[in-house]
Amino acid sequence: MSAGAARAPGGSGQAVAAALLVPIALVNALAFVLPVLNLLRLSFLEALPGGGLGTSYTLDNWTGTLSDVFYLELIWQSVLTSLAITLLALVTSFPIALYLHRSRGRWKTVLLVLVISPLLTSAVVRTYGWIAILADDGLVNNLLAWLGHGGGMRLMFNQVGVVIGLTEILMPYMILALLAGFGRLDPRVEEAAETLGAPPFKVFWRVVVPLTMPGVALGCLLCFVLAVSSFITPKLLGGGRVFLLATEIYDQAIVTLNWPVAATLSMIVLVIFGAALVLYARLLRAVL
Amino acid sequence: MEERPISPFLKGTAFVMFLFLLAPVILVVPISFSADNYMSFPPSGWSLKWYAAFFSNSQMIGALGTSTLLALIVTVLSLVIALPASYAIVRSRVFGAEALLAFFTAPLLLPTIVLGLAILIVFAGQGLLGTFHGLVIGHLVVVLPYALRVLTTSLSGLPLGVEEAAATLGASPLTVFRRVTLPLMTPGIVATSALAFLVSFDEAVISLFLTGPRLTTLPVAMYRHVDAQADPLVASISVLLIVMTLAVVLVVDRSVGLGRTFVK
Repeated sequence: MSAGAARAPGGSGQAVAAALLVPIALVNALAFVLPVLNLLRLSFLEALPGGGLGTSYTLDNWTGTLSDVFYLELIWQSVLTSLAITLLALVTSFPIALYLHRSRGRWKTVLLVLVISPLLTSAVVRTYGWIAILADDGLVNNLLAWLGHGGGMRLMFNQVGVVIGLTEILMPYMILALLAGFGRLDPRVEEAAETLGAPPFKVFWRVVVPLTMPGVALGCLLCFVLAVSSFITPKLLGGGRVFLLATEIYDQAIVTLNWPVAATLSMIVLVIFGAALVLYARLLRAVL
Repeated sequence: MEERPISPFLKGTAFVMFLFLLAPVILVVPISFSADNYMSFPPSGWSLKWYAAFFSNSQMIGALGTSTLLALIVTVLSLVIALPASYAIVRSRVFGAEALLAFFTAPLLLPTIVLGLAILIVFAGQGLLGTFHGLVIGHLVVVLPYALRVLTTSLSGLPLGVEEAAATLGASPLTVFRRVTLPLMTPGIVATSALAFLVSFDEAVISLFLTGPRLTTLPVAMYRHVDAQADPLVASISVLLIVMTLAVVLVVDRSVGLGRTFVK
């Protein structure tokens, strides 16, 4: 037998390789490709009153959704809220990522575990933690009352709570994306700027920030698409009073049983994803 | 590379942001020991009654059992399915290996709310809603991309020479894989198993679409509970889950090193 056996080149090797790929291809086809194509088809299917599905194809779901003021407001609100969350996540994550990038040894591993651990903790658990902080009888309000400032601030069941909670939920993704993009950050360049007389803030703004743009762009893309499509946190912290695309998709599918509209809204989420991706590609080309 | 000193300003800001990041996870610990009947922070007294409440809540315990069994089955299946696939992609230079990898990891790019809805609609027609095997398939779709990623990375990093040596000495391809490749891949397999288990155990959105009144997973049961009422019950479950997650993370860190697993 030749040394190439492990690589299994040639005709029979290809056949073996194809056989090894059959199970994963089967799962992907049956539970990913087929359902998604079906969802696309459904968004063009006629909806009958009472949750039934017609057999004829129509553009009514799309034109109906895109001409309804409620849905337009919903889409706009979702995009705007997600942008705010992305920006906040960037501002809060940047110091952590930079600190991690510059620390060394055992300490760095510990901090990395601390960053990744929330990622591995259920969104339900973390959102529940935010309820404890933001509720009327929660940490912030009780702290304010204790300090003699009355408390009674409404931090939940509104946009504020959703933005705070989701920002924190998405921070680990932003931190990891930033870290991956910090490779170009060379301390010698920063030192050169300092030697030439730049004050710390100027070094940060004119040297550090431009060099980290690829990581920033990746982190922002990731956070934005995750924010647009997240469901658990807006549902629990919004308490049914904050209407976003993802929560509406769930309500239309489970409560109202209007599958064509749920399918159409899902496709709109994917269109927003596509737009974010195009914007990301352009941004990346501009900074590189 | 030379080291860059960390300024006190950066240290301070990073500390505050770390606090913000960890606050919700840290806070559920004291709340789980609350003696109050509703959630407030700080609690007015301390007790273990919410742990007792969890262990005597048959619905939550049932959901815990479902989630554990589901995560175990999904972990085993994801290894059985992704291991051969990663071998085919990395070693046999199948036509368009890169494209195949992208295709098989594509479900990760799709928002779970969309994927959940899509699977719900197809499963509803097949009578798979509210069934255990329906949940297994739904979870496999999201777990397999992670498994494939970690396994292909692990396999690509192996020295090919050792396998070639074994093959030259007359070992059949299957023996080479079983006696040489597989043992070398142990760290990758450990990492994959841990990740698959945690992802499946924590999965809430797709499960929310696929569970029924008689079959529910722990994250879904917790979600429904929090949505309906605000008491410290979920805090006690959360603490147990956090301990479990930390244990898994520590095992991975000890056997493979966390940095190598998650950051490149």
